[in-house]
Amino acid sequence: MTQNASTHGRQQHYSVPQPAPWPIMGSAALLLMAIGGVFVMNGTRAGWASIGAGFLLLVYMMVRWFGDVIRESEGGKYGGWEDLSFRWGMSWFIFSEVMFFGAFFAALFWARVYSVPDLGSIESNALMWPGFAPRWPSAGPAFEEQFTPMAAWGIPAINTLLLLSSGVTVTLAHWALKENDRRQLVLFLALTVALGVLFIGLQAYEYGHAIRELNLKLSTGIYGSTFYMLTGFHGFHVTCGAIMLTVILVRCIRGHFTPDHHFGFEGVAWYWHFVDVVWLGLFIFVYWL
Amino acid sequence: MSAVIDHDHAHGHHDHHGGYGGIMRWITTTNHKDIGTLYLWFSFLMFGVGGIMAVVIRAELFSPGLQFVNPDFFNQLTTMHGLIMIFGAIMPAFVGFANWQIPMMIGAPDMAFARLNNWSFWLLPFAATLLALSFLMPGGAPGVGWTMYAPLTVQMGMGMDFTIFAVHLLGMSSILGAINIITTILNLRAPGMTLLRMPLFVWTWLITAYLLLAVMPVLAGAVTMTLTDRHFGTTFFNAAGGGDPVLYQHIFWFFGHPEVYVVALPAFGVISQVIPAFSRKPLFGYASMVYATSAIAILSFIVWAHHMYTTGIPVSGQLFFMYATILIAVPTGVKVFNWVATMWKGSLSFETPMLFALGFLFMFTLGGFTGLVLALVPVDIQLQDTYYVVAHFHYVMVAGALFAAFAGIYFWLPKWTGKMYDETLGKIHFWLTLVFLNMIFFVQHFLGLAGMPRRIPDYPLMFETWNKISSLGAFGMGLAQLLFLYIVVKCIRSGAPAPQKPWEGADSLEWTHLPTPVPYHSFETPPVLH
Amino acid sequence: MTFSGLALALEWNLQPAASRLAAEIQDLHEYVMILCAAIFVGVFGFMFWSVYAHRKSKGHQAEEFHEHTTVEMLWTAIPALILVLIAWPATRLVVAQKDTTAADLTVKVTGIQWKWAYDYLKGEGEGISLISTLSTPREQIEGRAPKGEHYLLEVDNELVVPVNKKIRMITTAADVVHSWWVPAFGAKQDAIPGFLRDTWFRAEKTGVFRGQCAELCGKEHGFMPIVVRVVSQEDYSKWVGERKKALLAQADDPSRKWSLEELKARGEKVYAANCIACHQASGQGSPAVKAPALAGNKFVTAEPGPIDTVLNGRPNTAMQAFGRQLSDTEIAAVITYVRNSWGNKASDVQPAEVKARRK
Ligand code: HEA
Ligand code: HEA
Ligand code: HEC
Ligand code: CUA
Ligand SMILES: [Cu+2]
Repeated sequence: MTQNASTHGRQQHYSVPQPAPWPIMGSAALLLMAIGGVFVMNGTRAGWASIGAGFLLLVYMMVRWFGDVIRESEGGKYGGWEDLSFRWGMSWFIFSEVMFFGAFFAALFWARVYSVPDLGSIESNALMWPGFAPRWPSAGPAFEEQFTPMAAWGIPAINTLLLLSSGVTVTLAHWALKENDRRQLVLFLALTVALGVLFIGLQAYEYGHAIRELNLKLSTGIYGSTFYMLTGFHGFHVTCGAIMLTVILVRCIRGHFTPDHHFGFEGVAWYWHFVDVVWLGLFIFVYWL
Repeated sequence: MSAVIDHDHAHGHHDHHGGYGGIMRWITTTNHKDIGTLYLWFSFLMFGVGGIMAVVIRAELFSPGLQFVNPDFFNQLTTMHGLIMIFGAIMPAFVGFANWQIPMMIGAPDMAFARLNNWSFWLLPFAATLLALSFLMPGGAPGVGWTMYAPLTVQMGMGMDFTIFAVHLLGMSSILGAINIITTILNLRAPGMTLLRMPLFVWTWLITAYLLLAVMPVLAGAVTMTLTDRHFGTTFFNAAGGGDPVLYQHIFWFFGHPEVYVVALPAFGVISQVIPAFSRKPLFGYASMVYATSAIAILSFIVWAHHMYTTGIPVSGQLFFMYATILIAVPTGVKVFNWVATMWKGSLSFETPMLFALGFLFMFTLGGFTGLVLALVPVDIQLQDTYYVVAHFHYVMVAGALFAAFAGIYFWLPKWTGKMYDETLGKIHFWLTLVFLNMIFFVQHFLGLAGMPRRIPDYPLMFETWNKISSLGAFGMGLAQLLFLYIVVKCIRSGAPAPQKPWEGADSLEWTHLPTPVPYHSFETPPVLH
Repeated sequence: MTFSGLALALEWNLQPAASRLAAEIQDLHEYVMILCAAIFVGVFGFMFWSVYAHRKSKGHQAEEFHEHTTVEMLWTAIPALILVLIAWPATRLVVAQKDTTAADLTVKVTGIQWKWAYDYLKGEGEGISLISTLSTPREQIEGRAPKGEHYLLEVDNELVVPVNKKIRMITTAADVVHSWWVPAFGAKQDAIPGFLRDTWFRAEKTGVFRGQCAELCGKEHGFMPIVVRVVSQEDYSKWVGERKKALLAQADDPSRKWSLEELKARGEKVYAANCIACHQASGQGSPAVKAPALAGNKFVTAEPGPIDTVLNGRPNTAMQAFGRQLSDTEIAAVITYVRNSWGNKASDVQPAEVKARRK
């Protein structure tokens, strides 16, 4: 606490929230979605009902839970001490997300460095997979169709620019918030959301193009698997990020946050930078090299 | 910059459950002690369920031939026994300890994110539900081992999918819990509680939380790829599409090896509280304990392939992973030596927690040595996937982690319940557990050496005698745990009132600064440390 | 149970070695055990001395020391040194173990649920293939008959190799990961589907050596033994000769026309040896591996019969390709059998039809 005391002053009480039903509601929602998911994947369409119910419950839970947090924040319950907790919490959450992506990057590197060359080695050619040439991109020795790999210098490059500029705009918004310039804040934040949405749109277009014209699907061997898993999870994270930004935007319009108390904003901005950095990794290793 | 903020509890300090009563109190609670209690009971329930599965396994292995279960169901039991014991029993037990103890030991008002804390717990019963549901699906639960190696997972029925989602929920729970613990320790310490004054239990949990944060998402990734390989035509673990089954193993063990230290480190923490208390002497080598724990954690990230010596990794890989693995013996040894040195020239007494701690020390070291034997590639080639491995990991996890959990429960039970447990019964529980445990697992070393593979429902005749002894031990061990349940219930119902500090040598904040039983809200304002 | 079971049951060490590698592993193991035992006695000597001498009940007063830099350095350094003493011989052995070059005989072994297929690739006997399946009868496993001496460790076709020759085993698998292991040789190597791995052994004694699959591979994992018969060079050459002759004699003429009854009778045997594990003797299938019922199955009785399914298997399911394991006649027979059992009724399938569909 000595370091807290110097940066945040001595604060005697830490706000411990009241009991809440939201967590168990969230668990129930996830259970419903999981059960529904299993049934859908195994060919029982009725599972969709369970997924839908779970999803609605999840959204309701999040709205209420975050609503509580926002109310507590705006009600002045969170001082510097709690603020620091949020910072630690969000940073380590993002760290765990990095590790999640790490697993899929590991799969990509493994395929490129080990498994595909191994499958195309001389002995493997002689005894297992005659004629398989270990070249990346590869869909493996038993893949019989043709496919075209993704090119880096089209939409992906544009998307890189979009995301990078959205990183800039969110920072500009942050500066505006610190200056208490609400108009600039809203402007740049709205711009960030717009860039994010545009990114998602282009990504969706690109998927359509890949499936229809390049014959590149999730089932296109290891290339298709790693391509769609990595970009898909990234796209999912961008979508979440964009929704979070939108919520923050609405809160800004409503006049929430102050120049020195706005962790909600910052946390989302960090998250946005994180999806940005992941995209750079994707652009380099999935599209470019 | 900061104002003294009006506090949630300012108006309701003495009403217990902030509006909710009955069962809703437990469902909605944000109190670290309530949540700790929930974790501990849940963990005990899972220990019973996993243990009963083990007893069925042992019953089947009592004699050669198929007796009670068919081979497929046997594999399901093995899988679920492993998953439930690790994710349902041992990990939640130590998270329960963390919830109860960390705020009290560092003088914090509660966990940093109390509502999230509730969610960390309340994900577990739902994950357990998914695991239970998998048994009811066509084809039953997956029979793939707790390691869930591809591509056997692709052949499984719907039960596999339930298990995968259960692992996702378990992972979420661990990640959220880890974030909470890290934040609590880093941000909620009382003034004067510097990092190097924290009790060692808190230190081990801080490091464990980092391990969890780094590896649980990786496990989530691994099972997600399994899911898409099963249903969406990806080929991550399928050579025909350019993937590799061994890739799964790498990803799994990148999680799996640190995971075993997730099980072990909090156990080390508990032992580091108990031994000094009953030696009436400060912990020897506090600083080196902290460094050793960190060293173990860091090394644990670069040893994973010692589970994969037989997969055919190149010789350079085998050597690297062998050297890195045996290196872990050094910091672990430091810990063992420090514990012994703590006892040296102390003033020792042997109440139940101390007995369990000594049992831990003795048998964990034994399990560590068999780990070292397994770490040597040539020897492991003979022992990989045999009962020698089963013996190794039950020594470190049952005689190790579980014993530490028992030590911790007897140690803190007076604080938690305000009552003393029955010392005589406690000692009986210890001796019974000790004897039966060794009966189950010591002979398994011989089985493994002689060549009995693990995960088999039936075995050649030459293995019969040791298997019989092992099975008898398992039945005894199960009965001994019923005694434990009785001891705890008896303590809660009719134990004698406990003093504030029942253990002479205990010196952390919960003993020195808080009355027994502890009030519902312990440190609403930070305690003053000298 | 049986006498032999009890006599062998008191084994407490590694199985007797039949190769130098295995013997060296045993030595390494004993060497490490002795070191560990010494450390163990040392450490717990101290502990039990404290337990005895520094008891409160004996009135011992606690001292206050809690640090000692020299001691702490020592007990970091000394274990590290001991580790070097362990790592050195281990390293030498690892390098030897991985050296699969200069083999006299190369055999490819394929793990298949739940049997082993051996192909002699290079060296004397090149071209021989055999499939090795558990031969312990179900009655023994289910306790309806007394268990034999080599219960669960016996197979129909043993791997036969010459003594004192370096044998390179290339492992792979058709479905899931298996592991080929013979303890007496100190050789264990996982069999990874789609990939090739290798290990080697040089048996120094003649005799029969037994092992088991050492990687969980589904419900019959416990029933997938490995039996290697090591014979003298002369016996080996003799065996190779006989094997080749038998192969010629055995080969059925694929153009011969078989009667339905003949096919059914032969097919029943093939079915019992190859299909029962998944589709059950009753033809009901088993959900554990998602194997469908063949009884009353329209796909089975439809024309021209599930020839492709049996020949090529179904990718990513437990249904394996039998084209390589079974002859045209055997496949024709088993298909005829499943098409005409458990109430199924359909035309027979002739070996020539199977031959025609082979790719
Ligand atoms: C609590 C859990 C835990 C802990 C702490 C450990 C600790 C260790 N484990 Fe273990 N292990 C498991 C849980 C654990 N393990 C599990 C669950 C599996 C099987 C998973 C599965 O396949 O299902 C496994 C499997 C496993 C394997 C793979 C076996 C195989 O499948 O073939 C190996 C191989 O290297 C190994 C090694 C080690 C080593 C070297 C340590 C070291 O950390 C031990 C260090 C300790 C000591 C050495 C003793 C004290 C030291 C001294 C007194 C100092 C002096 C000593 C010397 C100089 C030697 N373990
Ligand atoms: C910390 C984890 C942990 C614990 C505590 C245990 C405890 C036990 N395990 Fe463990 N075991 C594993 C982790 C654990 N195990 C893992 C990870 C595997 C590998 C799985 C795999 O291969 O995939 C394994 C595998 C494994 C095997 C090998 C199976 C195989 O390869 O096929 C065997 C066989 O003997 C076994 C036996 C036992 C026994 C007899 C106990 C006993 O100690 C259990 C004693 C407890 C009881 C008997 C219950 C007591 C009863 C109550 C408490 C009553 C209360 C009841 C209710 C409230 C419902 N275990
Ligand atoms: C290791 C398990 C296994 C073995 C052994 C096995 N099968 Fe199968 N079999 C399966 C599975 C699993 C399927 C389902 C494949 C699918 O989902 O497409 C299947 C499908 C089939 C089908 C197609 C049924 C349908 O409705 O699509 C036939 C015919 C068949 N098997 C015959 C055989 C014969 C004949 C043998 C022995 C020579 C055999 N099987 C051995 C697992 C096995
Ligand atoms: Cu094949 Cu186990
Ligand atoms: Cu490990």
